[in-house]
Amino acid sequence: MIGVELMKMLRRPRTWVVIALIDALPTLVAFLLALTDVGPRPGTGPAFLSAVLNNGVLFPAAALAIVLPLFLPVSVAIVSGDSIAGEAQAGTLRYLLARPAGRTRLLVAKLVTVLVFVAMAVVVVVVTGYFVGTSLFGTSQLAGGNIVSVSGEPLTGQQAVLRTLLAMAYVAFSMLGVAAMAVFLSTLTDSPLAAAMGALAFLVASSLLLTLDAADSIRPYLPTRYWLAFVDLFRQPILWRDIVRGVGLQALYVAVLLGASWANFTTKDIKS
Amino acid sequence: MTAAIRTVGLTKRYGSVTAVDGIDLDVPPGDIYGFLGPNGSGKTTTVRMLLGLVLPTTGTVEVLGARIPKHARSVLYRVGALVEAPAAYGHLGARANLSIMDAAGPGASRRTRRARIDEALQQVGLAGVGRRPVKAYSLGMRQRLGIAAALMRKPELLILDEPTNGLDPRGIQEIRQLLLELNRSAGTTIFLSSHLLAEVEHLCRRIGVVDRGRLVLQDSLAALRAPTGSVVLRTPDPEWAIGVLDGDLRERSGDRLVVRAADPAELNARLVGHGIRITELTEERRSLEEVVLAATTVSSDRVDRAAPPRTVGPRAEVLSSDAGDESAWDRPPPGPPMPLPSRRARSVPAQPEPDWSRPADSRRDQFAPDQQERAPDPARSAERRSEAGQAEAGQAEPGQAEARSGESA
Repeated sequence: MIGVELMKMLRRPRTWVVIALIDALPTLVAFLLALTDVGPRPGTGPAFLSAVLNNGVLFPAAALAIVLPLFLPVSVAIVSGDSIAGEAQAGTLRYLLARPAGRTRLLVAKLVTVLVFVAMAVVVVVVTGYFVGTSLFGTSQLAGGNIVSVSGEPLTGQQAVLRTLLAMAYVAFSMLGVAAMAVFLSTLTDSPLAAAMGALAFLVASSLLLTLDAADSIRPYLPTRYWLAFVDLFRQPILWRDIVRGVGLQALYVAVLLGASWANFTTKDIKS
Repeated sequence: MTAAIRTVGLTKRYGSVTAVDGIDLDVPPGDIYGFLGPNGSGKTTTVRMLLGLVLPTTGTVEVLGARIPKHARSVLYRVGALVEAPAAYGHLGARANLSIMDAAGPGASRRTRRARIDEALQQVGLAGVGRRPVKAYSLGMRQRLGIAAALMRKPELLILDEPTNGLDPRGIQEIRQLLLELNRSAGTTIFLSSHLLAEVEHLCRRIGVVDRGRLVLQDSLAALRAPTGSVVLRTPDPEWAIGVLDGDLRERSGDRLVVRAADPAELNARLVGHGIRITELTEERRSLEEVVLAATTVSSDRVDRAAPPRTVGPRAEVLSSDAGDESAWDRPPPGPPMPLPSRRARSVPAQPEPDWSRPADSRRDQFAPDQQERAPDPARSAERRSEAGQAEAGQAEPGQAEARSGESA
C-alpha cells in the first residue's frame, strides 16, 4: 500500500513541478547575489546570506532558511491536503476503500508519502544549494582554513556537513506539524483546496501571533515558534535548547492531529 | 451455502433523516439480483453499507459470509464493485489505473497482474486502449474501465450501481451479455442496483424494491410477473362478447376487453363457440414497471418540492379486492395506502378525463395535488396528500362498481 501511494506521488507531474518551484527561489537568490555581490548586512535578511558571499558551503543552509518560512509549508500543505480529500474529490477514495485498502493502512500510506515528499523537497533544496553555492561563491575560505560559524567560531568541513544534515532533518521535522494539520483537514472535507488553505491559515495565524507582544504567553506553543531554531545548529557550540523544544512541540502537534485524523477517518461515512 | 449478501434490519440515519430503514436483503449465491427504487430511496446508501463505506446506524451486513465492516479485509477483495460513477486517476492510462487499484488491496498476486489487466480490458472491450490518459476518455470508456476494475480479480460477487450508465445501446447489450456470461460460466453472483427497469428486467432473476429507505418487495421476477388470472382480448364484436362473458369482464376500452379467466384456451374456445371473432388473445401479465410503481410511492426528490401533475402511468391494482394476484406480494406497501388509479375506470371511454380545475379530493384517478394547491411546507403537503388519498380511495370502489354495472348491462 505504501509502495502504491509512493508510486502515485512520484508519477504525478505536480510533485515535480512543486519541488522545482521550491528549488527555483534559492537558486534565483544565489544568482542575484553572485551577480551583484551585494549581500544583506550581517544580522539582516535571511539567515546565513551575509556569510554566503564569503563561503558557498554555507549556501545549503541559507537555501533552507529561504524556503522554510513560506515555500516549503505551502507545498507541504498542498500535498498533505490532497492526501485524502484529493482521492475523495476524484471519486477514487470509495474504490480504494472498497478494494479494500483499509482505512488505517491508507492513512498511514498517505502519511509516509507526505514524509517522503518533505524529505525529497529538503534534499533537493540542499543538494542544489550546495552545487549552486560552491560554484557561484567558491570554497576558497575552506581551503585556507575553516568555515566561520554564526557565532564567529570556525567550523571544520566535517562539522559543516554534519550540521547541514542535522538542519535538514530538523527542517523536515518542522514541516510535520503543517502536514498533520493538512491531513486532518483532508479527512474532514472532500475539497483538497480547502484542506490546504486551512492548514496555511493555521500557519499564518501562528506567524502573526508570534509578532504580537500580547500573545507572549502562548508564544512557546505556536507551531512556527521554533522553526528557525535550526540556525542554532551552526553556532559553536550548538545551542540545543530551542531545537529540543521545537522537536517536542512538533511531535505534540503531530500526535494530536494525526490521532484526530485517524479517529475521524476510520469512523467516517464515505459519501464522496 | 452462505448467502452472498445478507442484511438484517439494516438502518442508516443521518441526524433525523432515516436514509435506510430496516432493510433485510437476502441474495443467494449465483443469483442475479436487481435492486430497484426511485432516486433518493436509499439504494446507494445501502450499496455503500455493503462495501463498508458507510457505517450502519443499526443492523448487520454480511457479505460472502463475513461481517462488514469488521471483517471487510477478509472478503471484500472477492467482491467487484462499481459505486455510482466510475473513478480513475486522470493523468494515468487504463493499465496504470487498474494496476494501482489492484496493488492497493489484498488478494491480488503481482505475478498475474499484467495478465489479469489484459483479460479485464479485453472483456470490457478496451483491449486496444493504449497509454492514453483516462482524462481523455469518453463517458462510455470510463464506464467500461470501471467495470474492468470490478472484474479484475474474478470476483465471486459483483456489486454494480448503474453499470450501463453512459453506454450506448450496443455497449449496454455488450455489458449485459458479459454479465450473463460471467454468471453462467463462473457462477458470479450479481447485485445490480438500478432505476432502469428495462436493464433489470433483461438481466435479473430476483428483484428487491426499495422505497423511502424500506424494502417493500423482494421476490423472483417470474413470480412477480406471473399471469394475473385475466386475459386481454380484442374482438370486432365486443358487445356480443360481453354478453357471453357475463360477469367475467374486468374492463373494456373500445374493442379491447380484459376478462377474468383462469384458462385462456378455454375462454377462446367458448367465445369462438359463440361465433365471436377474436383478433388477439393473450394472458395478462404485469410489467415490471407496473410492479415497481405499485410498490413504490413517490420519488423522494418530490418531497420538498410541490408535486408536479403526475403523468398517470399504468399501475397495478394491488389495493383493489379483485386484483387476484396478491399472493405474489411479499408484504403490503408500508404507510398509509396510496390511492392507485383504477385501470378499469380509466379505460372506459365514457369516463371523463381528470378535471384539473376541481379540488383534489373530488377527483378520482389521479393523486397528484394540483398546482394551485402547492404548499411550501412539506409536512403539511404530505398530510394533505394522505387525506386526499383516503378520500379518493374511498370513492374509487363505488366508481368501479358503477363502471362494471354499466358495462355488463
